[in-house]
Amino acid sequence: MPTTKTKTRARPRKSKSGPAVPPKPEVWKLKLYVAGQTPNSIRAFANLKVLCEKHLQGRYRIEVIDLLENPQMARGDQIVAVPTLVRDLPLPARKIIGDLSNTERTLIGLALQPAV
Amino acid sequence: MTQKKTSRQPLSKKTLRKAFTGIQGLDEITGGGLPSGRPTLVSGGAGSGKTMFGLEFLVRGARQYGEPGVFMSFEETIPDLTNNAASLGFDLNRLVADKKLFLDHVHISRSEIAESGEYDLDGLFIRIADAVQRVGARRIVLDTIEALFGEMPNQSILRAEVRRLFGWLKQKGLTTVITAERDRPDKLTRHGIEEFVSDCVIVLDHRIREEISTRRLRVVKYRGSTHGTNEYPFLIDEHGISVLPISSLGLDHPAPAARVSTGIYRLDGMLGGKGFFRGSSILLSGTSGTGKTSVAAHFVDAACRRGERCLYFAFEESPRQVVRNMRSIGIDLEPWVRKGLLQFHAARPTYGGIEEVLLVTHKHISSFQPSIVVVDPITNLLMVSTLNEVRSMLTRLVDFLKTQEITAIFTSLTAAGASLEASEADVSSLMDTWLLLKAIEVGGERNRALYVLKSRGMEHSNQIREFVLTNDGLRMLDVYLGPEGVLTGSARMSQEGREKAASTFRRQQLKGRGRELNRKRQIFEARMTMLRAEFEVEEEIIQRSISESKLLDAELLQDRRQMVRSREADTSAYKKRGGAPAVRKR
Repeated sequence: MPTTKTKTRARPRKSKSGPAVPPKPEVWKLKLYVAGQTPNSIRAFANLKVLCEKHLQGRYRIEVIDLLENPQMARGDQIVAVPTLVRDLPLPARKIIGDLSNTERTLIGLALQPAV
Repeated sequence: MTQKKTSRQPLSKKTLRKAFTGIQGLDEITGGGLPSGRPTLVSGGAGSGKTMFGLEFLVRGARQYGEPGVFMSFEETIPDLTNNAASLGFDLNRLVADKKLFLDHVHISRSEIAESGEYDLDGLFIRIADAVQRVGARRIVLDTIEALFGEMPNQSILRAEVRRLFGWLKQKGLTTVITAERDRPDKLTRHGIEEFVSDCVIVLDHRIREEISTRRLRVVKYRGSTHGTNEYPFLIDEHGISVLPISSLGLDHPAPAARVSTGIYRLDGMLGGKGFFRGSSILLSGTSGTGKTSVAAHFVDAACRRGERCLYFAFEESPRQVVRNMRSIGIDLEPWVRKGLLQFHAARPTYGGIEEVLLVTHKHISSFQPSIVVVDPITNLLMVSTLNEVRSMLTRLVDFLKTQEITAIFTSLTAAGASLEASEADVSSLMDTWLLLKAIEVGGERNRALYVLKSRGMEHSNQIREFVLTNDGLRMLDVYLGPEGVLTGSARMSQEGREKAASTFRRQQLKGRGRELNRKRQIFEARMTMLRAEFEVEEEIIQRSISESKLLDAELLQDRRQMVRSREADTSAYKKRGGAPAVRKR
């Protein structure tokens, strides 16, 4: 895994809820690939934020990678479309493309909600 | 689009810049390559060579035309790609290390991707832009971008994005090759992306007919440029792709007036006394066993003696077989092989198909640079292909040989029973000289005969000549004309015998007459001798009688004088009267 030199928009605390939720110590590692400040990417980030706060409060980490600044990063995660959300952890890795406006699909994509 | 171009431009096409592909033959068909700075769609079924096309386009561009390239693979991984390229003799790693090529594998798997809301393909754009910038690319291949359609959700967005991508590539002035899968004959591409590419469309095809596969290429569309519209066969081998255009655009090959001997003295005599034109194409046709290879071998032998290089394509016999067989008629080709003047290439054409044959032929000719080429026999090519294809292949081969000023002999086997002239009609028009060898069956035997059916641009004999294959080579025989035409074999021999007998008879007659004359002369002389002898005898007798009578006279006179003296007469008076009285009186 390449060390990411990224423009991180959000880095919520992860240790806060440590003692509160002992059976789920797993931290979700998410990466959001965008290409500049496009409406899609701004929307995607906002949607993601809301979603994470709701379902993964305190145990997620979002890394926003702007491909305009780090174009070579696109190859590592096989990014073609933007915005792309990559769930690095927990495994297996998953990808969701789009502005994440469809919450249900996003949740299914992230496996936070079983597919109906 | 008006960026500076490094590849050369054909002079005739001022309107459209073109980028040489470097793919053998393709630049001829397209009149200089693909549209520079624009996308070209290369469509074809599975295994039709699209990826190879793309790879070669990039590799040649980087190597030969100083145009670095980017290969975006949507299907094959980079190691796979590198291996495949190695089979064409391209070392991709080297080019990558030299920063002349950038390979990127775009892997998308639908199972890993979910879609939620709108997206665009900026990720791909950025990847491409980054790759292009890294090597300063002027060329790019997207192989096969349609893979996206299978793996990405939301087709309408995708279509719009692909359209945008092509526009963007054009705007960047990249000469682009976009490959696409063609799964149905009525459609160029599976997902209809041809509507985004309007400049140039090339279709590749891989057809199997009678268990023999042939690859074909066709330029379906080329906006703003003329192009060959036929289907051109092409090959992929260890040197890449070779497209084989029917002809090298026009008949402008040189026509040397120099002549080369056929190696058979009397055959030269039939061809205006000097043999074939250099650089001409000669067809030697005949039924089996008429001596086609032998005539060809003579020609080869003579050329090697002159120190010229010969290339012999044996499609039926192995080189050793040819050498051995020719030795039986007193032609030893082996020294020429050892000297490097003669090269054999023997292969059954079935092995690779007709296009392969043509390509291999081309290659060997290009590398060996011979002045004589023998193809023995062309009829074997029919085993692997249709007449039409063979004809087209030969047309191209003949054109190629002519531009190289190579004299070529093609032997052609006429099926027994078939019309001698009709079966070859398809190729004969390509040939400058056509020697027909035939077996004449007369009086229960087959004899070999040869005639010049045509020979462009020179006077030639119209006679059918018999020849025999002796230990000492092919020997053309004298012509014996009988009441039913040229006599051959025993008929000729009997005619020869008859003529010999007649001449002997005449000679004997002549001799006899001479003898008679002699005899007469002898008789005459004998008679002469006899007459002379008789004459001499008579003469002697006469002479003797004359002298006797003279003697008698003298004696008489003597006697008279004595008598006078004895009478004591007036001797002086008597003397005067008796001695010269007559004189005195006068």
